Amino acid sequence: MKPGQVECKNIVLAYGATQVLKGITLTVKPGEFFALLGPSGSGKSTLLRLIAGFNFAQSGQLTVDGSDITQTPPWQRNIGMVFQNYALWPHMTVERNVAFGLEERKTSRAEIAMRVKDVLALVGLTDFAQRRPNQLSGGQQQRVALARTLAIEPKVLLLDEPLSNLDAKLRVQMRQELKSLQRRLGITTIFVTHDQEEALTTCDRIAVMDQGVIQQIGTPMELYDSPVNRFVANFVGTINFIEGDVEHTPTGSTFLSDLLGKIALPAITPDRATTRAALALRPHTINIIAEPSSPTGASRGSINVPGNILEREFLGEFVRYRINANGTELIVDQLHQVGSEIHATGTNVILEIPPKALRLIW
Amino acid sequence: MNKKARQYTVVQALAAMSIALFLLTFLLVPVLNVVYIAVADGNGSLTLSHFGAFFGISLMQESFWNSLIVALASVFFASIIALPLAYLTIRFEFRGALLIQTLGVLPLIMPPFVGAVAMQLIFGRSGSVNLLLNDWFGIAIPMMEGLTGVIFVESLHYFPFILLNLTVALNNIDSAMEESAQNLGAHGLRLFRRIVFPLAMPGYIAGASLVFIKVFDDLGTPLVLNVTNMLAPQAYLRITSVGLEDPIGYVISVIMVAFSLSALWLSARVLKGKDYSTTQRGGSSLMRRRLTLVQSLLAYGWIGLLLLLVLSPHIGIVLLSLAKVWSFSILPDAFTLDHYRTVLVDSPRMIVNTLLYCGLAALLDVVLGTAIAYLILRTRVPGRQALDFMASAALAIPGIVLAIGYLRTFKGITLPGTNDPVTTLWIMIAIAYAIRRLPYALRSCMAALQQVSVSLEEAAENLGATKARTIRRIVIPLMAGGILAGFVTSFITAAVELSATIMLTTTQSDAPMSYGIYLYMQSIAGRGPGAALGVLAVIIVAVGTYFSHRIISSRASQTGIHAKLE
Repeated sequence: MKPGQVECKNIVLAYGATQVLKGITLTVKPGEFFALLGPSGSGKSTLLRLIAGFNFAQSGQLTVDGSDITQTPPWQRNIGMVFQNYALWPHMTVERNVAFGLEERKTSRAEIAMRVKDVLALVGLTDFAQRRPNQLSGGQQQRVALARTLAIEPKVLLLDEPLSNLDAKLRVQMRQELKSLQRRLGITTIFVTHDQEEALTTCDRIAVMDQGVIQQIGTPMELYDSPVNRFVANFVGTINFIEGDVEHTPTGSTFLSDLLGKIALPAITPDRATTRAALALRPHTINIIAEPSSPTGASRGSINVPGNILEREFLGEFVRYRINANGTELIVDQLHQVGSEIHATGTNVILEIPPKALRLIW
Repeated sequence: MNKKARQYTVVQALAAMSIALFLLTFLLVPVLNVVYIAVADGNGSLTLSHFGAFFGISLMQESFWNSLIVALASVFFASIIALPLAYLTIRFEFRGALLIQTLGVLPLIMPPFVGAVAMQLIFGRSGSVNLLLNDWFGIAIPMMEGLTGVIFVESLHYFPFILLNLTVALNNIDSAMEESAQNLGAHGLRLFRRIVFPLAMPGYIAGASLVFIKVFDDLGTPLVLNVTNMLAPQAYLRITSVGLEDPIGYVISVIMVAFSLSALWLSARVLKGKDYSTTQRGGSSLMRRRLTLVQSLLAYGWIGLLLLLVLSPHIGIVLLSLAKVWSFSILPDAFTLDHYRTVLVDSPRMIVNTLLYCGLAALLDVVLGTAIAYLILRTRVPGRQALDFMASAALAIPGIVLAIGYLRTFKGITLPGTNDPVTTLWIMIAIAYAIRRLPYALRSCMAALQQVSVSLEEAAENLGATKARTIRRIVIPLMAGGILAGFVTSFITAAVELSATIMLTTTQSDAPMSYGIYLYMQSIAGRGPGAALGVLAVIIVAVGTYFSHRIISSRASQTGIHAKLE
């Protein structure tokens, strides 16, 4: 089946007085692997269930390939959903579970048998057709749930935290399998998760949600490199905020902070009611050099500030330091290799901050 | 491996042994004795001749088929009553939920044989309904005649077992089960038939098999309705009229036990590996819909009709207890409080006896139930599964069979130092109650203990509490709700027990209320006082249920542990 395009237009949903979705607008393109990323209570699952037809919007419109399905009952939508706990029916075998949707569509027996065989082969469970769900491992149940949904050849595939019930190793493996399967089938897929790593690694585009509002939509790299607000910056990866004030002068905008002093902002920023803002920078963009070595970095155009190491965590690929720099606490990650220098707690160091890595966030 | 050589303590082993001894003495030996006499030829060898004789008597054949038909028909009609009610409560947002809950409890607080008397006055040949029908249309419906009457009373009395089990099963279905079916294109009745009902099937089977067993074993209702061509009444009549030596009585007992056991076995077999409620649980319960106007009318109509039917024995018994004369009239002609006076003057002893016997039995049940539950779930004492099996098998032993077993097994044994035969002691009644109700208490205690995480106990031991102290300070307090629920269930069901009572009661002064009611009901003149005693019994049971429910739910909200009254 041709992959569908999903469009949400200003969708509002409230339970009593609490608004769960506050005007959601987004477009998922045909064949795209799209993530809804957010903490619990952000409304991401509610939105997914709304697309499946289990929740209904108070206002707004939901279309698939241009046709309005806002009021269509779930059984007429042809939007497949894989549930968080898989929801495999325990009284049916794997084969019966997978055949269910086709039976409801009055597909001929011969074709059902063929399609069931095909999708079970697709997820690598051909030999498990006669098993019961409770005789399968978590990963296998997940595949059955996927096969059951794919069997009806849905226009859109919805995945509700599909990896959350798996252990860490299996999660990474299933994540890759999901991605390659999605690529192979070219099916429009919407994936709900609270795990930013999951979203960044698997999806083409991500909508970051918080408190019923979409904070930002973009590719993983856009979100990571150019977060539009503090929430996105914080939720996608670890980040430092340097608090300060924006000042507008005829020649350009500057940023004044305790830590960095007055520095010029690379781009002209629009005038706002408040001047209070922050510069965000990722922990790995800062370089530590031990005192009293010469401030070489300054010559490379970086801003040097002194700091004192408060705490150290060894994370394998890198060492994470918590550093007090002029009263501002910064997290700094240093790549770790055998023999690379480790700074002890309490030592004074110089931090090199490259201005290019700084992002202004209001 | 050395350390694991003995995985239980001496105290645990002693506890298991004393429980085993108790169950052997008062359950296994008496029942096996009954079975033995049914197949013994009197010279020490085994024979099937008694069974041959049984099936040679046409009355016995008739009774056999009648019992079977009544039990099956009662299951059928109870299902017809319960299914729509269960479907309504879980499927729709509607205000009648409380009504349905009430419907589900009301019948259980009145013994069926008490209700039967009142139902005769209302639905019988010259009862209120038929008098009205005769006045208006000149017709009469013989719904209280013979087997029909028994089926009518039993299905109205026992449908709550199906309703409660089915509702719980339906409530335990994860909404994702239904949503995924909708997502794949199923809806409406098809969705119900293919997904919801199969998932609730275990609950239905459990309820239906209970109803079958209860009806098959019931002695009081057929006796009161004067239907004697059924197995339980025949066993009673053979033993009480022909005598304790008559093998036919034992053959009937064996057949009754066999049927109850097979019903239990069959349901266990069907249910094997089908506990769907706990396998996958993550979401909320099934989605509820609003009723349309027509649906509302149908639903309230059905509930209203049922409520009227279910309440009729209660209303009838209250009217009867207050009636001066109630015969061939739609309502009593005049009212009086004399019957209550009679009962309170004549037989306050019976009320005390009921409280004493049932209180003792229920206490014994929860002590045994807690101990067995602990032994099974928390220890590795050998033979613990056998304890569970024995205690649960009591469910399949009809009261009359247990009583016959006692009379036979303890025949000739006297209390040391006196000439009183053991079988005439009132304590035997209490013990019979305890054995009969043990399965309920055990299930309640097991459920309660299963909800207590082992880590809570390990934390106590880690902080220095011994096993015994841990049980006292952590396990028992956390199980309290379940234990209390077990106590109440045992108590109220024992209070309305007739079949064992009727056989084991030897003197008027030792008689509990249920016996008293039955005795009064034997004569037309005694009906008033009998009904008054019945009302008092219902009040005691209802008050007990209410208060324990209050205590349990307030405890539940404090501890977050929920126990339920079965």
